[in-house]
Amino acid sequence: MPSRYLPLAAIPPGHRAVVCEIRCPPEDHTRLMELGLVAGTVVEVIRFAPLGDPVEIRLRGSTLSLRRHEAGLIWVAPQ
Amino acid sequence: MPPITDKPVAPAQVVLTGNPNCGKTTVFNALTGLRAKVGNYPGVTVERKEGRLLGVAREITMLDLPGTYSLSPNSPDEQIARDVLLQRIAKVPAPDLVVIVVDASNLHRNLYFATQVIELGYRTILALNMVDVATQNGKAVNPRLLSELLEVPVIPLVASQGSGIAELRLEIVRFLDAPRPAHPGFFGDLPPVYLREIASLAELLGGQAAPGAPFNRHAEALLLLGDSRPVKSLVLAQPAPIQDQARAARRRLEEAGLDWGTKPIEARYACIAALCDAVITEMADVRETLSDRLDRVLTHKIWGVLIFLGLMTLMFNSIFILAKLPMEALDAGVNWLGQQVGRMVPPGDLHSLLEQGVFAGVGAVVVFLPQICILFLFIGLLEDTGYMSRAAFIMDRFMSKVGLQGKCFIPLLSSYACAIPGIMATRTIENFRDRLATILIAPLMSCSARLPVYTLLIAACIPDRQLAGWIPLQSLTMLGLYLLGTGAALLVAWLFKSTFLKGPPPLLIMELPPYKRPTLQGVLLHMWQRARMFLHSAGTLILCLNIVLWFLATYPHSAEREQHFAQLRQAVGSGVAPAGVGQAALAARVEREIAELNAQEAAERLQTSFAGRMGRFIEPVLAPLGFDWKIGIGIIASFAAREVFVSTMSTVYSVGNADPSASNRSLVQTLREQIRPDGGRLYTPASGLSLMVFYVFALQCASTVAIVRRETNSWKWPVFQWCYLAVVAWIMAFATYRLLLYLGF
Repeated sequence: MPSRYLPLAAIPPGHRAVVCEIRCPPEDHTRLMELGLVAGTVVEVIRFAPLGDPVEIRLRGSTLSLRRHEAGLIWVAPQ
Repeated sequence: MPPITDKPVAPAQVVLTGNPNCGKTTVFNALTGLRAKVGNYPGVTVERKEGRLLGVAREITMLDLPGTYSLSPNSPDEQIARDVLLQRIAKVPAPDLVVIVVDASNLHRNLYFATQVIELGYRTILALNMVDVATQNGKAVNPRLLSELLEVPVIPLVASQGSGIAELRLEIVRFLDAPRPAHPGFFGDLPPVYLREIASLAELLGGQAAPGAPFNRHAEALLLLGDSRPVKSLVLAQPAPIQDQARAARRRLEEAGLDWGTKPIEARYACIAALCDAVITEMADVRETLSDRLDRVLTHKIWGVLIFLGLMTLMFNSIFILAKLPMEALDAGVNWLGQQVGRMVPPGDLHSLLEQGVFAGVGAVVVFLPQICILFLFIGLLEDTGYMSRAAFIMDRFMSKVGLQGKCFIPLLSSYACAIPGIMATRTIENFRDRLATILIAPLMSCSARLPVYTLLIAACIPDRQLAGWIPLQSLTMLGLYLLGTGAALLVAWLFKSTFLKGPPPLLIMELPPYKRPTLQGVLLHMWQRARMFLHSAGTLILCLNIVLWFLATYPHSAEREQHFAQLRQAVGSGVAPAGVGQAALAARVEREIAELNAQEAAERLQTSFAGRMGRFIEPVLAPLGFDWKIGIGIIASFAAREVFVSTMSTVYSVGNADPSASNRSLVQTLREQIRPDGGRLYTPASGLSLMVFYVFALQCASTVAIVRRETNSWKWPVFQWCYLAVVAWIMAFATYRLLLYLGF
């Protein structure tokens, strides 16, 4: 089992990770979870935008874009 | 609970719902044809789209709800969807049947909302759309098994090609006559203590409603328990005993060690994961889809940005260039029509009202149509192909520096052509504060209506010299004006977002849907719907304002003046030919002199009219900016539309309007010759630039006011916008004038 947790923003493009927890106020994490970012989900970081922000991720067959700030609130275990 | 058999009373109400980007609109258009009615839900600016189901004998109304990710709303659009499904909107009848459209290539996430809706207990049909995309991605979905597991009919579709639509239509009609489904359970295993809380809350809710539950109160209880948002809250909308019970239930669950917010979501996704494992088979291992390959280029650090800039330039130029001919044609057409009507009416006030008030007013509205249509054609293409979200993805960082977001970019860019469609395009921005900020700054992007004013004033006031020997001063001025507007817009946005529009940064999760081939019909339909909306709402206000302005510019009459000019005209007509001038030359000279007399009379009429008096009245306010009362008349008239400034000044200085381009040149000459009371030139670089700067900022467009009123659903914001822009315009013009005077211009 992987032991280190990282924020999703720290995962480089092309790599995958498993969602562990979302550290942010409940009003915000509800929507993130409803879009599929629940514990145990495998997330793949695709790329960062040309200007460095936001970041494009893939999970459960759909592609989302998150700002770095939001990606920093999602703690994952790299695969 | 035994199934309730109730025959629905015609017309039946069928609600269409689903995630954004699942092809719901295509399904709706296929089922209802081109005759959808677009309106608003009471009290909000959310679109209400309804249409009659075609191809069936029975009267069935289809209501297309806004795309929704969850019954826990994150935006006004989603709140409306939830409220319709929970029957909380008085003017919207209860659904007899719900059709949920899901994207087969994105089944996991789509099933989240779908299962929530199925739990509500309506007659439900699942439309499994985009089966072709799933196949392309190497996945096959088993509709029969899915139907078994969800306990609802599942109809596979490829709506963009029309396949499956007939089966869906048949199923809708058949299912409307079927009995209501039995009380569905939840999708996902919730702990017993949770289910107990739901059951007791549901009893409370059921007790409050009319007997014969319209939908599953357990589902509503689940939503209430998990609803953590203070705004758009379902909890706060309930009577006090239910609110107390919900809060107490949450406390008890916390004490039992359960996270009442996350537990239901995790349970649902666990169930969906098992479901998808069963129904989805991988036919081929597709590593990279076509969409992925396109994205490697289109969101590439270098190529992506270049392609984006290229597309934006293309769109921008198209709006300017492609719209020109249709605009001129429409203008000519309306003028011709006005003249035909004018022939039937004897000369006099009614004639003048019709030609200059009504038809000029209609022309002022209709002239926007080509730009609106072209812009919305582009936007429709960008949205339907899926590129729009990539555009927002690329621009987000830049826009967030001033407190905005990526989705604000295209509305602002479009405002360079015309703020009207730009403001209409802000509907895609879900966050109200960001949307409002974008609307409030849109007029600062120098729109195309300012071009005639800039062109005229630059020709009259800026010397035709080169800076440093090769940069033409006149072009530099034009560029400077555009940069001034843009810079001011970004600064004002930053200011607003730091002060009264300040708020917690919204969660800006955006979906990047797979690229799709757009349907021509869908794009054209979308464009037409927007155009119709503009014509209806802005048209009435603009027409009224034009008539008011006509009145201000025509009255009061002066019988004395009319008599005087009639005598002068007669004198010219009966003049004797001097020696050596033939009949033809005489006729030409008479015509010219009469035209000059007419122009002179028009000038005097304007100067003594209400508008003229208003010009004199505001002259003290305009004098510090370097303007006089005649310019004041031009500014007042421009409040209908900016380009009216040119024609108004022509009239004020009684320049004949036989040949438009010739009269423009002669108008420039005339402006250059104007002298102040103290002997100096009126139109100097200082006063000219001051006037141009005034036009950069001032909101002189009745149509914009009308559209902002419509899009914000109140008069508060358009009035605020008009006022702040007027104040800024005055200050900036004053500063420009004084600075240039000081520098010796």
